[in-house]
Amino acid sequence: MAKQSNEKVLEVRHLNKKYGETVVLPDFNFEVQRGEVVVLLGPSGCGKSTFLRCLNGLEEIQAGEIKLNGQIINADATKWHVVRQKIGMVFQSYDLFPHMTILENILLGPIKAQGRDRLEVLQQAEKLLERVGLLDKKEAYPSQLSGGQKQRIAIIRALCMNPEIMLFDEVTASLDPEMVREVLDVMLELAQAGMTMVIVTHEMGFAKAAADRVIFIDQGQIIEEATPELFFTSPKSERAKKFLNIFKFNEQVS
Amino acid sequence: MQAWGISVLFEGQNLFRLVDGLSVSIRIAAVSIAFSAVFGILLGVLMTSRYRLIRYICRFYLEAIRIIPTLVWLFLFYFSLTKILHFHLSAEFASDIVFSLWGTAEMGDLVRGAITSMPKHQMDSGFAIGLTKLQVYRYIVIPQALRRLIPSAINLATRMIKTTSLVVLIGVVEVLKVGQQIIEVSILKTPTASFWVYGCIFFLYFIICYPVSLFSKKLETKWQQ
Repeated sequence: MAKQSNEKVLEVRHLNKKYGETVVLPDFNFEVQRGEVVVLLGPSGCGKSTFLRCLNGLEEIQAGEIKLNGQIINADATKWHVVRQKIGMVFQSYDLFPHMTILENILLGPIKAQGRDRLEVLQQAEKLLERVGLLDKKEAYPSQLSGGQKQRIAIIRALCMNPEIMLFDEVTASLDPEMVREVLDVMLELAQAGMTMVIVTHEMGFAKAAADRVIFIDQGQIIEEATPELFFTSPKSERAKKFLNIFKFNEQVS
Repeated sequence: MQAWGISVLFEGQNLFRLVDGLSVSIRIAAVSIAFSAVFGILLGVLMTSRYRLIRYICRFYLEAIRIIPTLVWLFLFYFSLTKILHFHLSAEFASDIVFSLWGTAEMGDLVRGAITSMPKHQMDSGFAIGLTKLQVYRYIVIPQALRRLIPSAINLATRMIKTTSLVVLIGVVEVLKVGQQIIEVSILKTPTASFWVYGCIFFLYFIICYPVSLFSKKLETKWQQ
């Protein structure tokens, strides 16, 4: 999927993140080009989800800098709520707002945070709903949807903000297996449409299919960085080999 | 000749006096419910404070109110405190205070529960779509907390209305006291007076509390979806 330009959307230098005395990310360096799809892999607790949350200010960082389109966004004066309008994020938990209809869920951000015109957002929302095949659910409440449907709505809700980049934090991890596919398909389609994406996942097949670049993280550090072909066929580090072996075993068993 | 028992209610001003007595009960309930709603929300927010000392003080207050029976609080305020501090408190005013203190404690605990039961990622997703903290509270946290809160808050209100009957014991002339007076006057002439008077009081409480609890049920089913 060689469609990215050489324009850096996101750039992270010497990011340091601690919880009290525990260092989660000692010194993280990272960048994403426009249109690139980066998949972060690693054992649970390695810091990949925390890193993602640092990128849109949901976690405070102790040192380092984060640049979005060349502008530092982690300064003290940063209005995070403005920055976050350009960084879409989808979480593992079904995080739709239960007291609003699907449509209200999608419209809330564009109308209240971005101050856009309701009619214009409505048209965009309906187009997006159509695209993921859920237009008929627009008046439904989240509790009436399946996990996979909710997660697709959560993706659209983020997309409707017209973000520069999308972050996905293990979005299929708490789904029933038969619903994983429908969510991954939406993400794959997004990737093919040229959306810039940073994805934390344990779906190896998906990583192979969608990623332009795979980054393997362990204990808060980048251990290996490669194209998916290279990473999955001939990982260089011991830790990555060990990690991939676990999944091979899983595949053989299932 | 022995009159029909039910006629007790219509003799003289009896029915009017009962309703008048009920208005005293309602007045105490209304005042204390209003104070409890306001201070209860405040207490509830304080109970979720980051500072441990504040949480402990609130917790102590809540437990003190709960452990000691409401009746004892009434006696404490009306008979003891006034003696020690040398001032006079009308019985109704003492009741207002005690019921407000009680309601505030219970309401505070309900509010605390509603706030803490909100999953953290609800707020995160609000932030992630670019809402400010104020907007997250306005559109996400408060509407959901209210929905969780209102059925139990209404339940508390009906409990408070019913429990106002205790104030008779510090001499407030409310509906129960009026009823006793009527019974005492008529008991010789009408032996069944107590049945009719208490029956009437039962009915009066019912027409006040039942619509309230119906309303809460309706809200509950409406918000269940």
